[in-house]
Amino acid sequence: MISDKPHHLRQQYDVVVTGAGPAGMAAAIGASEAGAAHVLIIDREREAGGILQQCIHQGFGMHHFGEELTGPEYAQRFLAQVEAHGIDIITDTFVDVARSDKTLKLMSAHEGVRVISAGAVVLATGARERTRGAIRLPGTRPSGIYTAGVAQRFVNMLGCLPGTRAVILGSGDIGLIMARRLALEGVEVVGVYEIMPHPNGLNRNIVHCLHDFDIPLHLSTTVVEVHGRDRLESVTVAPVDDQRVPIMAQAAQIPCDTLLLAIGLIPERELADGLRLRMDTVTGGPLVSSTMETSQDGIYACGNGVHIHDLVDFVTQESLLAGHSAGDSLFGRRPPVDNVRMIPGENVVSCVPHTISTDREHTVYLRVRRALDKCAIRFGEIYEKKLRYVFPAETVTVRLTPRFLARFPGGALRIDILPRQGARGDEEAA
Amino acid sequence: MTSTITTYLCIGCPLGCRLEVEEEDAQIVAVRGFSCKRGEEYALQEHTDPRRMVTTTVAITNGRWARLPVKTTAAVPKEHERAVYAALRSVVMRAPIRLGDVVVGNIRGLGVDVVATRDMSEGDGV
Repeated sequence: MISDKPHHLRQQYDVVVTGAGPAGMAAAIGASEAGAAHVLIIDREREAGGILQQCIHQGFGMHHFGEELTGPEYAQRFLAQVEAHGIDIITDTFVDVARSDKTLKLMSAHEGVRVISAGAVVLATGARERTRGAIRLPGTRPSGIYTAGVAQRFVNMLGCLPGTRAVILGSGDIGLIMARRLALEGVEVVGVYEIMPHPNGLNRNIVHCLHDFDIPLHLSTTVVEVHGRDRLESVTVAPVDDQRVPIMAQAAQIPCDTLLLAIGLIPERELADGLRLRMDTVTGGPLVSSTMETSQDGIYACGNGVHIHDLVDFVTQESLLAGHSAGDSLFGRRPPVDNVRMIPGENVVSCVPHTISTDREHTVYLRVRRALDKCAIRFGEIYEKKLRYVFPAETVTVRLTPRFLARFPGGALRIDILPRQGARGDEEAA
Repeated sequence: MTSTITTYLCIGCPLGCRLEVEEEDAQIVAVRGFSCKRGEEYALQEHTDPRRMVTTTVAITNGRWARLPVKTTAAVPKEHERAVYAALRSVVMRAPIRLGDVVVGNIRGLGVDVVATRDMSEGDGV
């Protein structure tokens, strides 16, 4: 049985990690592997594992473990490693403030208010769900409007249902997965509504969650108003034009007592803001170097607190790097300073990390503005790679090797994703 | 001679190819619409023997949470998927539980077990 009882809390740690989700667990393991003797993970939940614990479906671990696991299984594998490394976990504990001198003020159910200090800090705070306010959804303020993740926690962990007849706004994977969960638990799911002309989730989830359960998906359609005084009674939905403006003449009122919002995630940034870290206005998370160090020495960040990942496997990979870097910094092992700034260009919305160096290999994660078939990604004049396709909902992951980077003198490196002339259909997949 | 065409959405990648399987007198005569080998294989599998993994929760008393996540040890034929879910609705487990503990063995005679997907220590259930 994996135990996550709080251990004795020390005054001083080599590395402190805020957040015990997949990012925090991997960062702590990375720090420990790099030689940090005393590593602490802090989480405000009652147990470690983060959101994985409520993601009971399959689809985690194909890249990292070479097999498909459920969320709780993925979490438990990492918890076992955390335990094997002798890493301390304290749960039911909230990090109130993290300071540039690497002290942290904690509020704990077991320990009261404590201030501890660290040699290095890793922020692994994860993300929040976007709420009704983020899309300025007009109407009354009844109960019955939930973010999809909250409803997922109700159903999968607390064993209660959010309502009896549900509308789901947003076709990202969590919206699709909750459509199936609710349908299976006896909730009538009226439909999934998506403002974009294409679904945002995996085709696998379109088939396994919607088609299998005869749940309709309405593209280019959104919820424009909610109705009801104490409890949600109905929503108004309307198709949108190509500028995403609702066509009110075609609006329809749909009776329902539950509205799930599956409209995206944003990095949780309170601790980063308190530290006055330099932030990326596009990703919503801190700027990070190739070692996942933020704009302040010894403060590292990783996972969905930096940018939103498609797959937990990539969170793990990035967070192991952050943890290794944090651990290495304790012993003065720092790689050469980054000499390349990544500049998003044509059809590139964001790139993480924000800087890299020409002396070693890097994995960079990019998001695109619009879908393209048969295209190419170009890094300045030094490297070009063919891509079979790009989609806004899917991260483009590229490995850059010194073989190409050595050609670059340093400075700003512009990244463009462009259509290919005379493209054929047989190139390598993205 | 009767000819039928069934369409599928390929789940292999974001391209989402529209796959077609054509049958004549219950014999597959053509598979179309795929742009890679995986797509062709998926169309045939989905047409002849569609299967689904079942992941859901069962009730648990005396546990840290009110629900215990479970899964089937292998994918089950799609036509039995709903029956597996239905059979799990009445199951009540008791903490402590370990990952891999069998919740229902050989469920509905399908030759597949339903197992817990996490440890669940004792607690107050909320």
